[in-house]
Amino acid sequence: MKTLVFLETVDGKLHAGSLGVLSRAAKLGGEVAGVVIGSGVAGLAEGAGAYGAQVVYVADDARLESALPQPRVDVIAGLVTAQGFDNVLFAQSVLASDLAAGLAARLEAGVNWDLAGVEERGGELIGTRAALGDSVYVEVAWKGTPRIGIVRSGTYAAEETGGSARVENAAIELQDFSTAAVLVSQDRAEQSGPSIEEADIIVAGGRGLGAAEHFKLAEELAEVLGGAVASTRAVVDAGWYPYATQVGQTGKTITPKLYIGLGISGAIQHKVGMQGSGTIVSINKDGHAPIFDYSDLGIVGDLHTIVPKLVELLRARG
Amino acid sequence: MRIAVCVKSVPDAGSARRIDGGTKRLDRSADGVLNPYDANAIEEALRIQEATGEGEVVLVSLGPEKALDGIRKGLAMGADRVVLVSDDAAAGSDLVATSYALAKALERENADLVLFGQQASDSDGAVLWAAVADRLRRPLISQVAELTVSGSSVTGKRQTENGYDTIQAPLPAVVAVSDAINEPRYPSLKGIMGAKKKPQDIVSLADIGAEAGRAGEAGSKTTVLTLSPPPPRGDSKKIEDDGTAAEQIVAFLEEKKLL
Repeated sequence: MKTLVFLETVDGKLHAGSLGVLSRAAKLGGEVAGVVIGSGVAGLAEGAGAYGAQVVYVADDARLESALPQPRVDVIAGLVTAQGFDNVLFAQSVLASDLAAGLAARLEAGVNWDLAGVEERGGELIGTRAALGDSVYVEVAWKGTPRIGIVRSGTYAAEETGGSARVENAAIELQDFSTAAVLVSQDRAEQSGPSIEEADIIVAGGRGLGAAEHFKLAEELAEVLGGAVASTRAVVDAGWYPYATQVGQTGKTITPKLYIGLGISGAIQHKVGMQGSGTIVSINKDGHAPIFDYSDLGIVGDLHTIVPKLVELLRARG
Repeated sequence: MRIAVCVKSVPDAGSARRIDGGTKRLDRSADGVLNPYDANAIEEALRIQEATGEGEVVLVSLGPEKALDGIRKGLAMGADRVVLVSDDAAAGSDLVATSYALAKALERENADLVLFGQQASDSDGAVLWAAVADRLRRPLISQVAELTVSGSSVTGKRQTENGYDTIQAPLPAVVAVSDAINEPRYPSLKGIMGAKKKPQDIVSLADIGAEAGRAGEAGSKTTVLTLSPPPPRGDSKKIEDDGTAAEQIVAFLEEKKLL
C-alpha cells in the first residue's frame, strides 16, 4: 500500500494532528509519504521524516499562502495521479475536510470521514466510525482507489521514530476556479485567561443559556468546582463569549476529567472537540438533544433553576 | 439573482433513528423533516433576495418522493420552488455519488449562488459542499458566520480553528453557512398554505443528464461492512428534573469521586 498524508501547517509548524495520522500511516506498512503545502513551508518538510514519512512532497508557492482548500485540491490531485497513491489520509480540520471532499470529487474517489480508527486488513484499508450520535459503530471500506479518509482529531498521537525523509517538489498547476476565492483579512483569536485545554474540569455554556449575561451561571459553577469555562460555536458567533473558549470542529479539543454542559445540544460541531472527556454531565431542556446520547448523566430540565441551586450546594460543601 | 439552496429531508429528531441491518442504510421510514441546519441557508437566501428585491430562491434536493413533505417547510418559509432528484437508481448514494447527482441538478439551474447549511443532522456529514464546488468548478467559502453579496462578488467571514478569515469570491460561487449566521424565520400560516401551490419538480437522473451508473449505490465508492454496538460508556443515566436535579448531580459527582 502506498499512503499519502496531508501535513497541515499552523503558525509555521506541522500540525500535531497531521503528524499523528502520519505516525499511524507508518504503522499500516508500505510506502508512506507526506505533503506540505503553503508559502515558505519548504523548511518544514524534512521534519516529517521523524514521524514515519519516507518522502515528503512540497508545494511552496505564494499562491498557496492562505489556508484555502481549492488550490490544495489541485496539488494533491496532481500528486495522487502522478504517484499512484492507494490511500490519502487527513487529520480532521476545517481546511482538511473541505480539501478531502473536493479531492474525492476530482478523483471520483470514496471518502469516509470522522474516522475513529484506520487499519490494514488483507491489503484493504478499513475504517471505524461512530454513527447516529455514537449509538452505532460502523466499519467502513472503500471501493477502488484512491481511498480518502478523514481521521477524527486526537485519534492518533504523533510518535517520533527518528527516521529521515527525502524531500521532493510537487508540481503546482492551479485551476482558475481554485484560486478565485481570496483571503481579504484575518482576525486571529487572542488567548486570555487559563487555557481550557489544560483544565481538569470544564463547564461549557451553549445557546440554551439564553443570553450572554447568563454565562455568569457557567462562571459561578466553574469557580466553585475549580474549573474553566468553555463555549460552543453558536455563542461565539453570536458574540456572547470569546472565541478562545470555543470547543469543537472549529475550536479547541478538550479532554477534561469532568465536563458539564449547560444548554448545549451537542451537535457534531461541538462533540468532536469534547467527546474525549472523562465524565460528561449535561443539562438541557430539550430531551431530544444529541448530547444526551453520550452523557454519563443527562438532566432534562431548566438550567436556570438547577445551576444556582447546584452552585449553592457545592458552596455549602466548602 | 438566482440562489439555489441544497437541502435534505432527514428523520425527525424525535423519532428513534436506526440503521437497517440488511441494507446498512439509515432507516428512513419515519416521517421526514427539513434538515434543521438547512433552515439557516434558506433564511440567508431569503434575506439576500429581500435585500436586493429581486431574484429567485430554489431548493435543490436528492431523495425519495416523500422527501417533499419535509422540504416543503422551505417553501413555507418563502423559497420559490423545489427541484427534487428522485430516482430508484440514486438510492444509497455516498458523498461522491450524491455530489455528482446534485451538481448535475445544479448545473441545470445555473444559479449565481449555491448555499449549503452547516451539516446534515442524520449522517453528520459536513463536507458535501466542497465536492459539489469542485464538480461545478466554482469558488467555495465554507464555515461562513457572516455573508455579504455585493454586485458580482460574495464575501464570507469564515471561522477556522485559529479565528476568523474574511474570504471574497466572484459569483457564481458555493457557500456553506454556519447555524449561527441567522435565526431562521418560522413559516407563517399564509406561507404554509401557499407552499403546496409552489412549483415542486420531481426529476429523474435522466432528466438532469446524469448517468445512473455514477449515482446511487453503483456510483458510490464507499461501503459499510459491519454494524456493531458502541463500546459501553458505563452506566449512563438520563433523568427529568423533578426539583431534585441539583442534589442528584452532587450525589453523582461524589460517587464518581469528582468533588
